[in-house]
Amino acid sequence: MSATWLFAVILVLAVAGFFIGRARAMHDADGDIRKLHSLPIYYGLNVAMAAAVPALVVLLVWQLAQPLVIESMVSKQVPDSVVEKVGALNLVMSDVHRIAEGLDRAVSQGAMTSEFADTIRTEETDIRARLAEVGVPLAADVDPAVLDAAQSFRGIAATGRMLMSVVVLGLAIGGFGVAYWLTGRDFRARKYVEGGLKILLIMAAGIAILTTVGIVLSLVFESRSFFSQYPWYKFFFGTTWSPNFRGDSDLGILPLLWGTAYVSLIALVVAVPVGLFAAIYLSEYAGPRVRAVAKPLIEILAGIPTIVYGLFALTTVGPLLRDYFAQPMGLGNSANSVATAGLVMGIMLIPFVSSLSDDIINAVPQSLRDGSLGLGATSSETIRQVVIPAALPGIIGAILLAASRAIGETMIVVLGAGAAARMDMNPFEAMTTVTVKIVSQLTGDTDFSSPETLVAFALGLTLFVVTLGLNVLALIIVRKYREQYE
Amino acid sequence: MSDSTLGLPPGSGVPPTSKPVRPSLIEPDPKIRRRHAKERRFRTFGMIAVGIGVLALVVLVGSVLKQGLPAFSQTFIDVPVYLDPAKLDPDGNRDPEEMKKVLTFGYSPLIAAGLQADLVKRGLDKEGVTAKEVAALVSKGAAAQLRDYVLAHPKKLGETIEFRFLANGRVDGYLKGRVTMESAALDSNISPQQLQLVDKLRAAGLVQKKFNWRFITGPDASDNRPEAAGMGVAIIGSLYMMMVVLVLALPIGVAASIYLEEFAKQNRWTDLIEVNISNLAAVPSIVFGILGLAIFINWAGLPQSAPLVGGLVLTLMTLPTIIISTRAALKAVPPSLRDAALGLGASKTQAVFHHVLPLAMPGILTGTIIGLAQALGETAPLMLIGMVAFVRDFPEAPPAGLLDPASALPVQVYNWTQRSDPAFVERASGAIIVLLVFLVLMNTLAIILRRRFERRW
Repeated sequence: MSATWLFAVILVLAVAGFFIGRARAMHDADGDIRKLHSLPIYYGLNVAMAAAVPALVVLLVWQLAQPLVIESMVSKQVPDSVVEKVGALNLVMSDVHRIAEGLDRAVSQGAMTSEFADTIRTEETDIRARLAEVGVPLAADVDPAVLDAAQSFRGIAATGRMLMSVVVLGLAIGGFGVAYWLTGRDFRARKYVEGGLKILLIMAAGIAILTTVGIVLSLVFESRSFFSQYPWYKFFFGTTWSPNFRGDSDLGILPLLWGTAYVSLIALVVAVPVGLFAAIYLSEYAGPRVRAVAKPLIEILAGIPTIVYGLFALTTVGPLLRDYFAQPMGLGNSANSVATAGLVMGIMLIPFVSSLSDDIINAVPQSLRDGSLGLGATSSETIRQVVIPAALPGIIGAILLAASRAIGETMIVVLGAGAAARMDMNPFEAMTTVTVKIVSQLTGDTDFSSPETLVAFALGLTLFVVTLGLNVLALIIVRKYREQYE
Repeated sequence: MSDSTLGLPPGSGVPPTSKPVRPSLIEPDPKIRRRHAKERRFRTFGMIAVGIGVLALVVLVGSVLKQGLPAFSQTFIDVPVYLDPAKLDPDGNRDPEEMKKVLTFGYSPLIAAGLQADLVKRGLDKEGVTAKEVAALVSKGAAAQLRDYVLAHPKKLGETIEFRFLANGRVDGYLKGRVTMESAALDSNISPQQLQLVDKLRAAGLVQKKFNWRFITGPDASDNRPEAAGMGVAIIGSLYMMMVVLVLALPIGVAASIYLEEFAKQNRWTDLIEVNISNLAAVPSIVFGILGLAIFINWAGLPQSAPLVGGLVLTLMTLPTIIISTRAALKAVPPSLRDAALGLGASKTQAVFHHVLPLAMPGILTGTIIGLAQALGETAPLMLIGMVAFVRDFPEAPPAGLLDPASALPVQVYNWTQRSDPAFVERASGAIIVLLVFLVLMNTLAIILRRRFERRW
């Protein structure tokens, strides 16, 4: 039975359980609600939850785990000679998957009987031709060992599905039965329902943890297989980036880090003064009417998707900088440049810096300002010598967060900065960043055994570590150096 | 203290002669003037900074509008086409199945001939434009449009029917001012003579600009037919993804926030979850794309370009946003309400679900809509899970359609920016206008919800 059907059956069982459980409780109490321990709805919910929740959890886990288990069982079967011939185990396994999928499709289209698919031999049948007929082209003729593996793959998968149906349905019916049997006027249904509900809530909160674990695991595992194929010192200290899908690539991260740092620096040089001054003006000088108009307008900039900034960089800012700055100054004639991406990214970061600083400046107590003004300082002197120093840790935190945004930003640099990996001082030259290369190595046809694809995961891990480090640093600075005012 | 002045020993007061002479109390001295100038400068810097921010917004939106608005109108050419039965239905039995054997190649000569004949009939001089060049004024997709019509109406064979075809992208560009006589002289796809012919056709009322629904509802088209490209598939794909995000992220996010805000004891475990969530909110979006590629596609074996996978990735991305705003909304409900419910005998769960949650709902929905708006504009993670592929076919209705390949609005924009024909830049900006309209609508809804239902306790 397929997972969708199982899911439907469980749902039906749960809905039925709700009404049956409620009815049984009411019946047991002779229709008098006062004799029940809990409200009738809790008896219904208890049966429904007992039927659905364990079964659904097992179904989900099984669905996720089954491919892994089968993979490891089948990959043990593949003889080493075949692995050596093809090159890598995962290439053999992808062949196995394709053949198994082809056989499945042939059976479901009626081109083969399922016994025939299980007993088919390479010596007797041209499997490649048969599978091509049902729309699964294979690159080469099928190796007998691979076919064996594919057939046992199908066998284990079928057994697994059977077993899953039995276990899941058993759980659902069992849960239903136990909960139904327990239902009675003295059964403390509410306690159980609330306990179950709390477990569900905890599971939902755990998804946040699972996401982080998923990110870290996927990055670390694929990076490990990258570093097993490519020396780590060449990755971290290499100064050339020239991936070559025929192999023999130079995958040094330094040019990418340089481009990332350069673009981010320009972005911060644009965003920090503008954002900070805007925040100061809006919180210290502007009247309520100006503030009510200007603040939301600037914050709209934060809600605009980055692809829009990317297009803006590509079609407006890039040609503008090229025609009016780069070419007259003889600094190059590329519309894609570090300056383009940096400038546009700076615009994107203005609201980020300004709204964070605004909050922090507003948190500085008025008494400090009043004291300074009372001593005869002008407003600007008060701001520079009293308010800003008091708000400094928060402002530095905001700048670090903005820097982490800039480093992780993708679309603006993909469209604005270019794709050439080079280390150059000229801001009007096209350079590239870590995020651009992640995109270019992972879009299109990806082959998860070549270092040229896997390098993207190592780049992603670097990016993740750097941005996480900046965020944590910002948090620590804000927490540690925050002035406490009472 | 009047006596202090009297009791002062002589010489302790500073003699007035050693003080700098101050000419007037009304006239500020140079130092004060410098300080005030500094003050004015500082203030001006602030004003300039605000001005830069607002100006950036205006320029950004203005440039998108200027480039994108023309994409909503399109140039059409009216051509009377004689549906020649000898060519379209060689067997002569008007059976659509049989007629399918005639491919689009068989239809294009009819359009060319129709346009030629119309020119002659109206007495318009071609002036050195070859027959092939005349035919090139019509979009390359016109033959397919004609074929679809004929297969749907086989009875009409033998008649002459007036069709409204899309004009070629260059002709469209000429009417919109993107292509000029000078640029056409350098262009291998169009010649100034052709454009002069277009001017005549326009004067005769055969060529005109009309609002182009197909841009919004139609599927994408290939590189050499920018005039036919639409974003229907992308809109549907984005819609499906938003559905997935809403169905998954709202309940999970609300459940997680309720646990953290109402039930969790302050301990290491909850601390860990909280730090985790605030860090996840700051993880670059592309990292979520890598996660999606590695876990959902590579490991779980879900298909590439599927809205389901995109929706899952965006769900994980928006969860922190939703959790943070939901917790704020829950926190805003005063504890006295909880105490009152508990005092009346409700259990903790009943107090939360019957009293706190309904009161926090407007805040939660506002946060969810803002999270959805963020997800709608996200591009980078979707590129990694195969959404950049060229998709022409509409996905089926959900749930099966959630696994069909589809595109997404922002990714469609990216796709169009990568094509060589400049007409696609106009399309990309047009798609951005649609995207921005959706975002404005969603944010307006969020603001209305907040204004209407927000309660101050």
